[in-house]
Amino acid sequence: MSELWILIGASSAMARALARALAERGDGLILAGRDMDDMSATAADCLIRGAPSARAMLFDARQPETFQPILNALDDRIVNAAVFVGSMPAQDGIDAAPALINGVVIDSFTGPARFLHMLAPEIETRGSGVIVGVGSVAGDRGRLGNYVYGAAKAGFHTYLSGLRNRLTRAGGHVVTVKPGFVDTAMTWGIPDMFLVAQPEQVARDILSAVARRRDVIYTPFFWRYIMLIIRSIPERMFKKMSV
Amino acid sequence: MRWKIADYAGWGRALRATGDLARPERLSSLTALMAEEPAPAIGNCRSYGDACLNHGGRAVQMLRLDRITGFDASRGVATVEAGVPLGELARIFAPKGWLPAVMPGTGFATVGGAIAHDVHGKNHHIAGSFGQHVRAITLVGVDGQARRITPADPLFRATVGGLGQTGVIASAEVQMLKCKGDVIVVTERRITGWDEFLGYLDASDATYTVGWIDATATGATLGRGILEEAETGSGLVSQPGRAKSVPFDAPGFALSPNVVRLFNGAYYRRVPEKGRTVVKPIQEFFFPLDRIRNWNRLYGKEGFHQFQCVVPVAAAPALRAMLERIAKSGLASPLAVLKRMGPGHAGLMSFPMEGYTLAVDCPNSARATRLIGALETDTLSAGGRIYLAKDSLSKGNVVRAMYPNHAEWAEAVNAADPDGVLTTDLIRRLDLRNA
Repeated sequence: MSELWILIGASSAMARALARALAERGDGLILAGRDMDDMSATAADCLIRGAPSARAMLFDARQPETFQPILNALDDRIVNAAVFVGSMPAQDGIDAAPALINGVVIDSFTGPARFLHMLAPEIETRGSGVIVGVGSVAGDRGRLGNYVYGAAKAGFHTYLSGLRNRLTRAGGHVVTVKPGFVDTAMTWGIPDMFLVAQPEQVARDILSAVARRRDVIYTPFFWRYIMLIIRSIPERMFKKMSV
Repeated sequence: MRWKIADYAGWGRALRATGDLARPERLSSLTALMAEEPAPAIGNCRSYGDACLNHGGRAVQMLRLDRITGFDASRGVATVEAGVPLGELARIFAPKGWLPAVMPGTGFATVGGAIAHDVHGKNHHIAGSFGQHVRAITLVGVDGQARRITPADPLFRATVGGLGQTGVIASAEVQMLKCKGDVIVVTERRITGWDEFLGYLDASDATYTVGWIDATATGATLGRGILEEAETGSGLVSQPGRAKSVPFDAPGFALSPNVVRLFNGAYYRRVPEKGRTVVKPIQEFFFPLDRIRNWNRLYGKEGFHQFQCVVPVAAAPALRAMLERIAKSGLASPLAVLKRMGPGHAGLMSFPMEGYTLAVDCPNSARATRLIGALETDTLSAGGRIYLAKDSLSKGNVVRAMYPNHAEWAEAVNAADPDGVLTTDLIRRLDLRNA
């Protein structure tokens, strides 16, 4: 039966890829984010690709008053959500203006967490539904290059872990997705990228994880082993390294 | 970041470029980019030469603007962003009973590229060129403004077939054609020689007609090949599996004359003497080579050139002489196509004209350069023209002499982009901005 998916941060390349995959298998969509023109284009695209319903709705992590209207738009279909929001200003920009940290934490952690907290009762009521939280390998260990973003994502990972604990007992499920480098606007032009995955591959991995009720996935899968190595470096060595 | 330094190449891989690429994912990023740092657009780089290259400069890669943003089922008009590959459009719409009105030989070509080259397909004799089915174009100018232009607009004729020189095509409204379904019924028959081939091409009343020609056959067998005539239909055939890929550059001998001659002989005899009718998924007919990703690697690291010309019907003997020249050279690869074209075209610099079109691939070499140079001279004296989506070797004076509306086009383009920020390697090599 057709289910409903709310995609938060729907203008991102990964969200667009997931939206298309969901549309082609016949699920309805609420595309939530800030760029209404862009999301309306994706919604139209998804309708043509087979989604029974697709609409764009405003979501701004920094404006919590945008959250409730999305929940008001739910019907009695099983509801699922996937969160792709986050912001990653350059670390040297943050070093020059530490106030930027607040925005990173709201965009990448507290904003989406607050929304998911409002959504959780809907899943508990229905006794079914999946939340996909897109974190980052950057959240697995604080590194020189992006530790503020990493810290926000680490907070989000921990939140998702707790939410999984809560929703599991009500019939719901939470998948934590930790992508490595993905070929998106965020990584375009950053030098020395390697093993870069396409957004379509991430979308496939997410759907497979949802179907198999996996808890935490890395995408592509080999990032699990890369991060295993990075996490296992003793702090006394790690603190002197630039990885 | 907006720009990424990249090495890229035309499909023939004989010409390459290094430069900054942007890849906007939203219209607002594209218009902002064009307002601040305008650059020519590129798509999937399926043009063979340097139409998609801007060496040492910037280009906007359109592949992430790839959504179908509307479909009016009563009129069959789809609104599509420029980066949508035509094969994707066919995949989505064929089961609904619609196909892009014109599809070139690869489904990886994008809508933007199809407009900028005013491409043709196997139904050109009936349906005309791609641009004739475009109802409107949203064009982002060098000022960053998005404007909707229709065929009534003078800029339309300079944009269709306009090699990206009037602005960046952001999206288009394209008229789709009704089809019966996503399978195709193909009748293949052996053609024993040149005159028979032209006779069949002239007489064919099939919607889709194309000829494969054995460009290595000489003497009595000159011009032998296989004629394919096809109609769409409904039914159940197994859809194509995942595409295979050529993992590395093939060695030089892979396409040596003897290998090609052997292959062509076998390919010719693949079709029974009395012909046959087969039913296939549409992709296998329209985009036969798309099943093998990176097939251009078969030509090795030096790459290859494709020569494609069209000559008027009355100049058929000249085209026969050209085929003879090709066959004698022994340079042609198995990929050679002969087709009857109708008069349909939509732009000032469009390639199609009524006549016969011949396309041949040759591995990149000094001899191939000389052969293609001679073929260009032959084309010009036959009153024909060469296809700029394929060209990598021609000269400006030759091309300008082949395109009668070039001066009018150059004037329109120079008005739309006075500083020449949209020029590409092709435009500079052929000095096409110079009226």
